Amino acid sequence: MSNYLLSLAIWIPIFGGLAVLVAGWLGNDSKSRGLALLVAVAGFMVTIPLWTGFDVANGGMQFVELGAWIPRFNINYHLGVDGISMLFVVLNAFITIIVVAAGWEVIQNKVAQYNAAFLIMSGLMNGIFTSLDGILFYVFFEASLIPLYLIIGVWGGPKRVYAAFKFFLYTLFGSLLFLIALMYLFVQSGGSFSILEWHKLPIALGAQIWLFLAFLIAFAVKVPMWPVHTWLPDAHVEAPTGGSIVLAAIALKLGAYGFLRFSLPILPDASHELSGLVLALSLIAVVYIGFVALVQEDMKKLVAYSSIAHMGFVTLGFFMFSAMGIEGALIQMVSHGFVSGAMFFCIGVMYDRVHSRQIADYGGVVNTMPKFAALFMLFSMANAGLPATSGFVGEFMVILGAVKFNFWVAFAAASSMVIGAAYTLWMYKRVIFGDVANHHVEELTDINKREFAILGVLAIATLWMGLYPQPFTEVMHASVNDLLRHVAISKIQ
Amino acid sequence: MEMQKLYLLVPMAPLIGAMIAGLFCRVIPRWVAHTATIAGVAIAFFASVVIFKDVLAGHTFNGTVYTWMTSGDYRFEVGFLIDTLTTTMMLVVTFVSLMVHIYTIGYMQEDPGYNRFFSYISLFTFSMLMLVMSNNFMQLFFGWEAVGLVSYLLIGFWYTRPTAIFANMKAFLVNRVGDFGFILGIGLVLAHFGTLDYATVFAKAPELAATTIKIWGAAEWSLMTVTCICLFIGAMGKSAQVPLHVWLPDSMEGPTPISALIHAATMVTAGIFMVSRMSPLFELSTTALSFVIIIGAITALFMGFLGIIQNDIKRVVAYSTLSQLGYMTVALGASAYSVAIFHLMTHAFFKALLFLGAGSVIIGMHHDQDIRNMGGLRKYMPITWITSLIGSLALIGTPFMAGFYSKDSIIEAAQVAYHSGQPGAAFAYFAVLAGVFVTAFYSFRMYFLVFHGEERFGKADDAHHHEHHGDHDDEEASHDHHHGLAPGQKPHETPWVVTLPLVLLAIPSVLIGFFAIEPMLYGEYFKGVIFIDSEAHPAMAHLAEEFHGAVAMGVHSLTTLPFILALSGVVVSWFFYMKRPDIPAAIQRRFSGIQTLLENKYYFDKFNEVVFAGGARLMGKVLWRGGDVTIIDGLIVNGSAKVVGWIASITRLFQTGYVYHYAFTMIIGVSVLMALWITRA
Repeated sequence: MSNYLLSLAIWIPIFGGLAVLVAGWLGNDSKSRGLALLVAVAGFMVTIPLWTGFDVANGGMQFVELGAWIPRFNINYHLGVDGISMLFVVLNAFITIIVVAAGWEVIQNKVAQYNAAFLIMSGLMNGIFTSLDGILFYVFFEASLIPLYLIIGVWGGPKRVYAAFKFFLYTLFGSLLFLIALMYLFVQSGGSFSILEWHKLPIALGAQIWLFLAFLIAFAVKVPMWPVHTWLPDAHVEAPTGGSIVLAAIALKLGAYGFLRFSLPILPDASHELSGLVLALSLIAVVYIGFVALVQEDMKKLVAYSSIAHMGFVTLGFFMFSAMGIEGALIQMVSHGFVSGAMFFCIGVMYDRVHSRQIADYGGVVNTMPKFAALFMLFSMANAGLPATSGFVGEFMVILGAVKFNFWVAFAAASSMVIGAAYTLWMYKRVIFGDVANHHVEELTDINKREFAILGVLAIATLWMGLYPQPFTEVMHASVNDLLRHVAISKIQ
Repeated sequence: MEMQKLYLLVPMAPLIGAMIAGLFCRVIPRWVAHTATIAGVAIAFFASVVIFKDVLAGHTFNGTVYTWMTSGDYRFEVGFLIDTLTTTMMLVVTFVSLMVHIYTIGYMQEDPGYNRFFSYISLFTFSMLMLVMSNNFMQLFFGWEAVGLVSYLLIGFWYTRPTAIFANMKAFLVNRVGDFGFILGIGLVLAHFGTLDYATVFAKAPELAATTIKIWGAAEWSLMTVTCICLFIGAMGKSAQVPLHVWLPDSMEGPTPISALIHAATMVTAGIFMVSRMSPLFELSTTALSFVIIIGAITALFMGFLGIIQNDIKRVVAYSTLSQLGYMTVALGASAYSVAIFHLMTHAFFKALLFLGAGSVIIGMHHDQDIRNMGGLRKYMPITWITSLIGSLALIGTPFMAGFYSKDSIIEAAQVAYHSGQPGAAFAYFAVLAGVFVTAFYSFRMYFLVFHGEERFGKADDAHHHEHHGDHDDEEASHDHHHGLAPGQKPHETPWVVTLPLVLLAIPSVLIGFFAIEPMLYGEYFKGVIFIDSEAHPAMAHLAEEFHGAVAMGVHSLTTLPFILALSGVVVSWFFYMKRPDIPAAIQRRFSGIQTLLENKYYFDKFNEVVFAGGARLMGKVLWRGGDVTIIDGLIVNGSAKVVGWIASITRLFQTGYVYHYAFTMIIGVSVLMALWITRA
């Protein structure tokens, strides 16, 4: 059984999602909902042994599965997780439960299809995090676009078609370059799609640079990094709450993950050569986007921009090539999964009641929703990187790592302490504090048990990770050290 | 082993109290909330007393509670360092907190947020204890930001008031500016020392004293100077030093008990504590110390001036706090760390007393805070009157009272630093001397206006609303005015839960200086805790030579300049506000330029509002509208879509609809590809 955990983590949600579709066709929304939750929970359960059974001393791949898929081109069904990817499988499965629960009463239109799309996407994204074969990875990478495209396009807001297209085209453009790079590696390696084989492949510097740029564009769009980030705010604004949660919590991690799985180990020389470029783009994301977030009038846009700024920390951490930087970045990714997921859910809670995301339409929400205000405060503080919340850990590690790397890089990164707090708390102040602003706010009802449970679980995760991050970093050490050793060795021959 | 459990109990007891009162604030009755939190803080206080005795017996402790995280070669731990500096802070924090908890029962009696308030102040106590008990920089930063969070929550406690929710955001953001420097300082420590553990860092500091780093261009900077200045920027935020002081006066929007606890006695002194804790680092950089002493001196003098023109009773005390924090910082800059801690302690008692006394007056006046509407209150509020008088006397440095010993020591330390030729110390010496007069003047101005003279309360309401500058702060000051006393109504003395803490705080305000000065400053109390390089910074060594006991110090002071300055401050304020109230009015008219400058608080707020807040919003707009919307989306994204459309319009020409056209193109394409494939192989 434990040999097939990764397959289960991928296929339970996918087949479960198909089953939910069938249940929907058979005509019962509530049954299909129940089934979706069951599948999500089952999908989460199979990922728990990945963490509990993880060998922290082993930096290599664990829970490996290998079978031929298309032998003719040496394409294999090759799965495995290491300390870098394992947490994301667990996080993804966890967020899937949150998403199904988040749409419980809210989605009344095409319920089965909605849940099925999320479940299938969850399975596909697990596939991305676990694939050790280039083509397998690519298939999952591309396939995961489709459910998200549908989620935005079908259940989204008024400008959903524009947003969905923008999202699709942006990411597809990146993916095409990625495919070309994969083909090149296939040819160079003498006919292998194994990512682990590619890690050992010697490549000349010129080729490395080109490949790196191809990967960079593909992953930068996903992260998203400045200046290819403008699809994200649009996608978030139009996506339904669940879509935003998955987008922020998981989908944004795919690009960042790609850097660690492809760019750094396969192209160490180019990574060093072009690290300045990536660092510059990351710092622009942190500072520039921070200012842009400050003036947003739409809450979802604000949090979307804040996501970009937070992801700037991730790419910044990666390209300092230190254990602190990379682990801090990974922690930031996991934490951002909890915190941004919770932030989008909080906005969803208000949107469900008032049907507006404009900050100006709110004010004094604390008067009518005190429980909600307290939880929203926690997540806002986590978003601003307050210690004892998960949001602090990653930023702290990346900033501290950056001081060692270069004082001014750290200086720019640390400015987010001020800007991040400014845009988050200013929004919180305008939305939550003050006198009741209008009759919509007057008529608000506080969060119900379901909403409380979702936010409560996320709050526990946020605090746990802030108070005791050791279990999270512990699993990373061996793999990150292996990666760093690997990146330090030149591949030019 | 037993002691270690006790160490853990000290922060945990208030935390548990806070959780009971906070998580169940909507279901539990009020008595449960205040009993649980007071019990928690009382336990913490008594445990602190036991620990204090144990430490005096020589049992210090430095150990880990749990490993927070490891990464690379670094370990981050949560742990305690228990020594005399820690226990001093623990006693001050838990004692003042206990007093404030009891006081709150009376002060917040009518507030619907009663349980929530207790939860917050207990949570604050927990955070502050974690801060002072930490044995490493990481946990210090934890406590540092956690007290900032609670301060944010408490300043905005009345969350429907626009001014309160503006003030709390301002406080948080200004503190974050300080923390920005602080985290860089911590980063420098980690990068160069390889650990964040105090003991290891301090032991290694002398080795790195001569290390230089390149910050900008080719210039070599002393690592210690850069690190210490970065750390001190954190202290400037938390301890409200110019120019990061702007949040503290506004923080008076919070309920008065927290002004006493957080914004006078404990949290704002965190920066002073931190620098004292880091004395092994600061001692290695005279440049950093000079920076510290100059900032402190500016704060001590110029914030004192602002105290003179305030009419809100809490604001007078708030500016006084700023000024006194400046004094402490001057002591730090003169390498008289123990004196800074000593003043921190005495100040905690008498300033908490003054704030709680002001709160008592506010209750008596039915939430009118304008001292122009008071006068003659001594008849109606005798306990508040006497205790406030004691607090004021202690504050201005009346010989033999608590504030005298600490403040005089600061002045002497500044004098020694000046004579030893430390840059900036001359100004600091002048500032702290001049500050004595200013302190005495504004303290007794308030005292006379509130407790003596003509009874001005209960008059017609419009008297309250004169002098509107359209300034934000005046609106908030007048916010409470509609409460006030009705015509003919008299103020009343407050209930025992309010006056008891006043009395209990008045006792140490009188006595603690006399008894503590010798052991704390000249004994072995801080031996091995605070490190001073007496060669370079002779202040403490010199003070020790001059010191011949607390009595002699008090007697001697009667002939010295500070005493004369304090006395003349009191006399002048008596003359101005009791005898000839027309004189201050005339001076205000005569020097209206200075008056305007002071009323606008040297334009710090306006500057920040326009340059930083306005600048950031403008920057955001420009980057968003100009960068994202126009260039990236408008030009590149939609532009490329247009290009695609244009190309499509051309390729459309090839879509003739004739199958043989397509077949022909396909064949050509396939043959080209095949040709390429073959030649390549």
